[in-house]
Amino acid sequence: MSTALPVLTPKDFASDQEVRWCPRCGDYSILAQMKRVLPTLGIPKENFCFVSGIGCSSRFPYYLDTYGFHSIHGRAPAVATGVKLGNPELSVWVITGDGDALSIGGNHLMHAIRRNVNLNIILFNNRIYGLTKGQYSPTSEVGKKTKSTPLGSIDNPLNPLAVALGSEATFVARAVDMDTKHLIEILTRAAHHKGTSFVEVYQDCNVFNSMAFEYAANKRGNPEKGLKPKSENIVYLEHGKPLIFGEKNDKGIRLIEGRPEVVELGNGMTEDDLLFHDESAESAGIAFTLAQMHYPEFPEPLGILRDVDLPRYDEGVEAQMAHAIDVKGEGNLEDLFNSGDTWVVEE
Amino acid sequence: MAYSTIFPNPNIPGMGQTPITSPEGSPMSAVDTPSAPEGRQHEQVDTVVIRFCGDSGDGMQLTGTQFTNASAAFGNDVSTLPDFPAEIRAPAGTLFGVSGFQLCFSSQDIYTPGDEVDTLVAMNPAAFKTNIQDLKVGGTLIVNEDAFESSNLKKAKYESNPLEDAESLSKYRLFKVPMTRLTRDAVGDTLKSTKDKDRCKNFFAMGLVYWLYDRDKKPTLEFLAKKFARKPELIEANTLALDGGFNYGFSTEAFTVHYKVAPAQLEPGKYRKIMGNEATAWGLAAAAKLAGRELVYCGYPITPASDVLHYLAGLKHFGVKTFQAEDEIAAMCSLVGASYAGALTVTASSGPGICLKGEAMGLGMIAELPMVIVNVQRGGPSTGLPTKTEQSDLLLAMYGRNGESPLPVVAAATPGDCFHMAMEAMRIAVEFMTPVIFLSDGYVANGSEPWKIPKIDDLHRIDVKYLSEPNQDGEFMPYLRDDRLVRPWAKPGTPGLEHRIGGLEKADVTGNVEYDPDNHHHMTLIRQQKVDNIAESIPEQVVHGSQTGDVLVVSWGGTFGSVRAAVNQCISAGRNVGHAHIGYIHPFPNNLGDILGNFKKVLIPELNMGQLRFLIRGKFLCDAEGLNKIQGKPFKISEVVEKIDSMFE
Repeated sequence: MSTALPVLTPKDFASDQEVRWCPRCGDYSILAQMKRVLPTLGIPKENFCFVSGIGCSSRFPYYLDTYGFHSIHGRAPAVATGVKLGNPELSVWVITGDGDALSIGGNHLMHAIRRNVNLNIILFNNRIYGLTKGQYSPTSEVGKKTKSTPLGSIDNPLNPLAVALGSEATFVARAVDMDTKHLIEILTRAAHHKGTSFVEVYQDCNVFNSMAFEYAANKRGNPEKGLKPKSENIVYLEHGKPLIFGEKNDKGIRLIEGRPEVVELGNGMTEDDLLFHDESAESAGIAFTLAQMHYPEFPEPLGILRDVDLPRYDEGVEAQMAHAIDVKGEGNLEDLFNSGDTWVVEE
Repeated sequence: MAYSTIFPNPNIPGMGQTPITSPEGSPMSAVDTPSAPEGRQHEQVDTVVIRFCGDSGDGMQLTGTQFTNASAAFGNDVSTLPDFPAEIRAPAGTLFGVSGFQLCFSSQDIYTPGDEVDTLVAMNPAAFKTNIQDLKVGGTLIVNEDAFESSNLKKAKYESNPLEDAESLSKYRLFKVPMTRLTRDAVGDTLKSTKDKDRCKNFFAMGLVYWLYDRDKKPTLEFLAKKFARKPELIEANTLALDGGFNYGFSTEAFTVHYKVAPAQLEPGKYRKIMGNEATAWGLAAAAKLAGRELVYCGYPITPASDVLHYLAGLKHFGVKTFQAEDEIAAMCSLVGASYAGALTVTASSGPGICLKGEAMGLGMIAELPMVIVNVQRGGPSTGLPTKTEQSDLLLAMYGRNGESPLPVVAAATPGDCFHMAMEAMRIAVEFMTPVIFLSDGYVANGSEPWKIPKIDDLHRIDVKYLSEPNQDGEFMPYLRDDRLVRPWAKPGTPGLEHRIGGLEKADVTGNVEYDPDNHHHMTLIRQQKVDNIAESIPEQVVHGSQTGDVLVVSWGGTFGSVRAAVNQCISAGRNVGHAHIGYIHPFPNNLGDILGNFKKVLIPELNMGQLRFLIRGKFLCDAEGLNKIQGKPFKISEVVEKIDSMFE
């Protein structure tokens, strides 16, 4: 009998639960790509554990036939850290959203990332609160009119990638829900990264915030709305390659005094003048600069902004335990209880 | 037991006495050498209550702890009450910076650190002011007179030096000792700076009191050798100070009596001193080790529970993982996650933290996962009195979650009982797949008493069982229950048992999300019934004293000592009284209702406004009376006695 792992297919990962997201929700695509990625990772199905918080995103675990925990609002990174502490062998994924992770859950997100716990955190950013029917979220743009902000939001939004980088994330990436091939690539890279992998996925909530990311998803553009094709509005990051974008690959990004600038190639401007992407740069400074590039002033970066290798918390915990046993020997209760001052009362 | 010998001799202030060099012979000797002052008596007493108080920088906790160790090692029964201020280092000499340590040591079986203080050692005016009212008439008052100078007097808000008020001090046996000067003399050139020499004052005071009560210096000398192993000059300086105080007591004519307190007749066996938080940590570590599993502790620092984290952090070689989370909620959530992954888990916090943990505790409850939540209760409400004791979180433990969210609740009675109850909490959690709340309190957590070291073989071994195969027709049903309504524990990593659980209401057996009305009602009843079923696995309630009669005193948690001592006193005085101290509060033991019915009246003393009383009245329709005190201090034996007596009128 072969001792190799059984060959898994996407169907093996489908649970028996009827998927209840709204028709045309971006979550369907993310689920489909995840089911394509999981069988390729060489991990036994029983070793996956999906932990979610609360929100439409967080219904995700129910639709996969793996171990899963639908926990409470904002707390998935903490629950997931606990799962790793309980069994470091598991491949633990956190499925969260912009409200779950950046509003109530901001603190836990920050700490899971800075500890570099070996987790994959996938944040479905739809710039709205979908499950509770349409309030604004920490990533909603200023002026967004919603049920709770009828005169327009006056909050300055958070930038998930910047938050992750600010929390010292060792893997930071962004993808788009309908950009299926690229999303598969990013999820695969995230899975292989050791440490916390943070992925922001632009996700379309077609009921409460439809077309929020049309600029990054629509290949042909929308001339009526003045929307150019997506290739004009996003730039794919590739390690070691210059930042080039545009339908005709005729535009690039260069840094002038640390600030990004969109330039047109030709007329003396060549690839060599452009910023070359380095995923593994020790300093997160340039990654942060990229994260700050917002449409429409700049093309928004898609792909992996940062991928560095730093000590992982869960491995550190195991190492310390092993070290303690090396130094003190395995604990003996009798020795413990009889340590310090003791005395005997005779019969 | 009350200590009531009054000394015949008037007080003679010990001014200007220079100690002579230390005599030959063991300090333990009950026979005075010829060079001791004439007429000195060596008296045997049963029980002494001594309190050390001074600035928080004066080392009073250390002094008290050392004295406790020496007394315990000698074989006395001991009971302690440390009294810390909430601030770390308040300005020296101020009233709110006073730190105290009270202990009772005895040749009898004692239950509390004492109602009234027999001997008060006050290191400065602020300590004197805040503690003098607790010294009994005729008690011994030892003060560091050097500290009673104008600036300290001013900080303590004294207009004049209270040591000069001979009239009001005449009711005590006052000993004014120039401790600062004598310490400096004793330490001599061993240390250079005056400030460093002054830090040895507490050892001088310690030495003096060691002489007064015939304590052996050896445990303290061993402590010094270990603590200052890298600074031998500090070992020498503190030893000189210790000896200086000791010799001062020995050679001064001021002290005409010194005392011996014989060892207590405790049950034969091997003993050590143990503190409540230490016992809690050990109980949890032991439960996990004996079950052959790792222990995962996730917590967040909070007074007075932080020590549980500290103790467990030192037990990594026992397979204890400790995780200091970013906040109380993260601690509770990571606990739920670790438990889902199959670990034995525990967290410890206090009132404010338990409030924060509420939602996540509910998640643990509906997921039906095992975990232990320790609440070391402190004075509330809100931030309250962090370093003072109280037992006002019982209803929080019972009801502090949204919806119908029953959780088992157990409580510890004494520092040593924390070990036993922590193990019980873990047992119930695992056997019934439920979070369990273990109630401790500041008094028990920081208090010490002698602890009979248990034989490892006598300790219960929890049988942790994980499911390895589908449990219904080749499929896995996460909520298929056994006859006690307990569901199986299927941990991630087990092939074929993949399942999803969470906080939404679920269908029984399958665990799928379910909103059906009948199912919700059914699940609510099942979850309560499961907790009720725990009553079959816990011991019956025991009543101490009369089994039927006039008054039953019912108590729980850290009030055990005061209440037991009070009931014993009443029984000795001929009263028909019984005492039921409850350790298992939810569910109650099966026979509790019957027990309540065996007495004419029920009294429930509590350090809260009547929370157990509320539960007992509600469950048993029993017209219980309360004795309620919320001062951040334990009950005095006399307070409970007075109340019991009043119920006979």
